[in-house]
Amino acid sequence: MYRYDAIDAAIVADRAAEFRGQVARRLSGELSEDQFKPLRLMNGLYLQLHAYMLRVAIPYGTLSADQLRRLALIARRFDKGFGHFTTRTNIQFNWIRLGDAPDILDSLAEVGLHAIQTSGNCIRNTTADPYAGATAEEIDDPRVWSEAIRQWSTLHPEFTYLPRKFKIAVTGAAKDRTAARVHDIGLKLRRSRDGELGFEVMVGGGMGRTPYLGQTIREHLPARHLLSYLTAILRTYNRLGRRDNIYKARIKILVASLGAEAFGREVEAEWAELDQAAIDLPDIELARIRAAFNDIAFEDLPPVSAALNAAKAADLSLARFVRNNVAAHKVPGYGIVNISLKTPGDVPGDCTADQMDAIAALADTYGFGEIRVTHAQNLVLPHVKLDDVPAVHAGLQQIGLAAANIDLASDIIACPGLDFCALANARAIPIAQAIAARFAEPAMAERVGELKIKISGCINACGHHHVGHIGILGVDKKGEEFYQLTLGGSGAEDASLGEVLGPALPADRVAPSVDTLVDVYLRERTPGERFLDTYRRVGLTAFRSAVYAEAL
Amino acid sequence: MPKLYRLEGDQIVEGDDPFVALADDVPPPALLSPASAVILSFARFQREGDGILAQGVRVGVRLEPDERVEGLAYDLPRLALVALAFPKFRDGRAYSAASLLRERYKFAGEVRAVGDVLRDQALLMLRCGFDAFEPADGATVGEWSQALHRFRNVYQAAADRRVPAFAERAPAGLGRVG
Repeated sequence: MYRYDAIDAAIVADRAAEFRGQVARRLSGELSEDQFKPLRLMNGLYLQLHAYMLRVAIPYGTLSADQLRRLALIARRFDKGFGHFTTRTNIQFNWIRLGDAPDILDSLAEVGLHAIQTSGNCIRNTTADPYAGATAEEIDDPRVWSEAIRQWSTLHPEFTYLPRKFKIAVTGAAKDRTAARVHDIGLKLRRSRDGELGFEVMVGGGMGRTPYLGQTIREHLPARHLLSYLTAILRTYNRLGRRDNIYKARIKILVASLGAEAFGREVEAEWAELDQAAIDLPDIELARIRAAFNDIAFEDLPPVSAALNAAKAADLSLARFVRNNVAAHKVPGYGIVNISLKTPGDVPGDCTADQMDAIAALADTYGFGEIRVTHAQNLVLPHVKLDDVPAVHAGLQQIGLAAANIDLASDIIACPGLDFCALANARAIPIAQAIAARFAEPAMAERVGELKIKISGCINACGHHHVGHIGILGVDKKGEEFYQLTLGGSGAEDASLGEVLGPALPADRVAPSVDTLVDVYLRERTPGERFLDTYRRVGLTAFRSAVYAEAL
Repeated sequence: MPKLYRLEGDQIVEGDDPFVALADDVPPPALLSPASAVILSFARFQREGDGILAQGVRVGVRLEPDERVEGLAYDLPRLALVALAFPKFRDGRAYSAASLLRERYKFAGEVRAVGDVLRDQALLMLRCGFDAFEPADGATVGEWSQALHRFRNVYQAAADRRVPAFAERAPAGLGRVG
């Protein structure tokens, strides 16, 4: 993987030193909270319900074992012994003291980690396919381009005070594991007919209170022009995006009001005038970045592991783990191992310091020291020998992280909700736990198959409810927590926004209603159909009448 | 007279401001001396700019964030200064305006930051091509200079012509300088 050189390290260290000074000025009263707020946000520090929350960037979701161990150390020393992986593939610490923040950032900087631009109206961490460099499906490695974007967007002088936050996703595979269509910019690697590498450029996707799917403004942008084209998009947005209303300031609103075609024309006109050669990375720099990601010496192995097959035959839980959590690798004899942070009963995305240390050790022993974070709040060991999968599984069992439920009903995305967040209307975590408990029986969850349930505690949609096969949104009804269900959303390559099922339900009706929805699906499905497919075929009515007939 | 911080070499110095901002409702002095220097709003410049320039006076124009620099394109060679307003420091449109003035229109006059101008944004402003600042904070020239030198390296080519990281890394002769 890419490791920081002296220049990258100096930028991170200088930033940590700058923030130390700003914290000192705030603590001395020289900076008002109003002046300090955007500075601390640009360094990932939020004021939450109970304490400061620090959001640490995990650039394009890629971590080394050493970095994960450092996150464990931070969790132990400065928090309550755990961290929370987010849908932005970052990690949040929820119990931070302001005065500790500079020391934490110094400690992170030692291993090339930071909190730069994890908040604020700037370009945020890029989302990339967690299977990058491991899946045979990809046209090119999205990490190369995500690292290029990381450098270009870090402390960008022109784009640090945008109308609103800005998120970019890069996928190299047709199967989209990044939710590219609901990012401000989604980039899909593709080859033109003559073989030239390029990007399909989608803009204006997003969730929140006005969800939109991104629209394609360019079918094929030559890959080497990525940064100048992004500059043109960002400049157009920075100049034209609304600043009078925070709810209308995202690029999705600008694209929707101008129309994608007109917005695309503005971008193309700007791009034509830019000094592209000054902005686009020279080939030699792209080659340097690419080489850093090609550092793994895979062995020549048979495609089938006799050892794994024997172990599977002897251990049903291992067989189930392989079925649900291990994906095909591009190199014969290797697999992509998903680690679920959705053990039913636990908080989605939470990971204790001890678990982080243990995962780092497994990565070192069996996985070239690499870990990925997914937007579904799980972790991935991208390169594990199939022969070693039983040992990894056993190691995960020891730390309670062997749940074999990737993309199943209990693999729920949930925001922190009212338990932590000052914006939330309703709790999300207890709802997720109640639903997961109903699918805790693995055979039952497997019988239902792929079912993506996503829960947001408020309309800001951090839990991505708009693109859940079943989406759940917490709303406030006269001081009581209610939940609005939506069906049929998807953040994947078949992206769509969910439709509202009916009137919001009280908290204790949510999990039973999910049961009812699943029952309708099991009754109506044809062989091979996922919940989403059945819903798309039969429509909302069958599901609605079942849920509300019971509610009456 | 408001404070004026100017970039000289790589330091910030405090200097006298020869420019007087003429409010729209103040009638123009009947006869401006050729030594005077005034800053006009964009609207007033469009109305009266030619007449004032004809008196040999140095003229600057102040653009609000919603006034596009393209509107000044043909007049830039006649202008000594463009002042770009930050109604709030969070309003980042002036960064794009300054970048365009320097990179696209090759404007060589002064580009001045006015409004909610704070040292925590000084480096961004400098990188986008600002070279004069009406500071709204109490920070000293020393503190402003320090803020400009906070980062030893930069990732992007920008109007300040600093060598970006990718060019620093390239073997001699292969890198491009922003």
